[in-house]
Amino acid sequence: MKKITVTAVVIVAFVLYAIFYQKSSSTAPVATGEGNDGAGTTNATVTSSKVQTNYKNGAYTGSAANAYYGTIQVKAVIQNGKISDVQFLQYPNDQEESIQVNQAAMPTLKQEAIQSQKADVDVVSGATQTSLAFRESLASALSQAK
Amino acid sequence: MGMPITIEVVDPRVKEIDIASIFDYFASVDRMFSTYKKESEISRFNAGEITKKELSTDVRQILQLADDTKKESNGYFNIVHNGKTDPSGIVKGWAIYNAAGLLKEHGFQNFYVDAGGDIQVSGKNEEGQSWKVGIKNPFKQDEIVKVVRLDNKGIATSGLYIRGNHIYNPHKPDEQISGIASFTVIGPTVYDADRFATAAFAMSEKGIQFIEKLPGYDGYMIDTDGIATMTSRFERFVIENAEN
Repeated sequence: MKKITVTAVVIVAFVLYAIFYQKSSSTAPVATGEGNDGAGTTNATVTSSKVQTNYKNGAYTGSAANAYYGTIQVKAVIQNGKISDVQFLQYPNDQEESIQVNQAAMPTLKQEAIQSQKADVDVVSGATQTSLAFRESLASALSQAK
Repeated sequence: MGMPITIEVVDPRVKEIDIASIFDYFASVDRMFSTYKKESEISRFNAGEITKKELSTDVRQILQLADDTKKESNGYFNIVHNGKTDPSGIVKGWAIYNAAGLLKEHGFQNFYVDAGGDIQVSGKNEEGQSWKVGIKNPFKQDEIVKVVRLDNKGIATSGLYIRGNHIYNPHKPDEQISGIASFTVIGPTVYDADRFATAAFAMSEKGIQFIEKLPGYDGYMIDTDGIATMTSRFERFVIENAEN
């Protein structure tokens, strides 16, 4: 069977990528490369080179960013010109609103510890929403560190 | 939105140009809805340059859909913050669903459209079987923790993809934030799965009960301790012993 797969990676997650790159070896998001197609928007004003080297030491608080279910706000700590830590000042779980679910009527649902699967799959479902808000707040914090 | 988009069509007569037209569609959606582009309709609306009455049918439809979802989720889904409208939380699922509709209009039946991990599948995969969809480990980008078989369904995941030890509450620095790391919803369309995954994630632990009560939907919620809770009918999609 003929098969055509086209992948367009739209926007580089510069900031997030830089963080993961510095903090870890394997969990960087796959968003690399450039393309003009597709639904891409972000405040990609921060370039990776700036992230790597140009920051002044200190702690910088980013703007509060909307994650649709609450607000994310981060503080970036810069040491030796590099991001040494990112702290969450606001996080969606702080949300105090209540939801009308009758606790007594809830069925008991099955639980399990997650386990890595080795299977080949056609496609993978994963989240992007919170990380976008994270990125927005962090970009704002880093813009102050220049 | 800023995300990778993947389209796979396995119908034999598919040509590159068919796929390209779908990417053009996504680009047109972005031009209309991007809050990062000053000239987009939504930015001009937020800047007060155009009124609600002057909005195009598409933008008006999105605002209406967002309003409906807000009601259906007890207010948890809200695209208006600080007086500004940011509909990207609902546009993505809507655009993927419409893209799938365009492929069907072109006569294709076996495909998926994936934008940033939210997916509409149609028909069968290359092996003539239901599409095999992995659910990403929220703590490890390159790992999957569940495999489901889907045909003619939408699947979407809302969540937090930041490594556990980098997240903490400054008021209680010794305690890790507990809560939900990711929330995956399977629904009749990706549009519906996406908006309810976002709403359910906002509800924290109660979100899985919200999905349990929603007819035609299933969910897989992973908390920050790595414990998953699933709706009572979720396992019908799951491939056991997925390594085989």
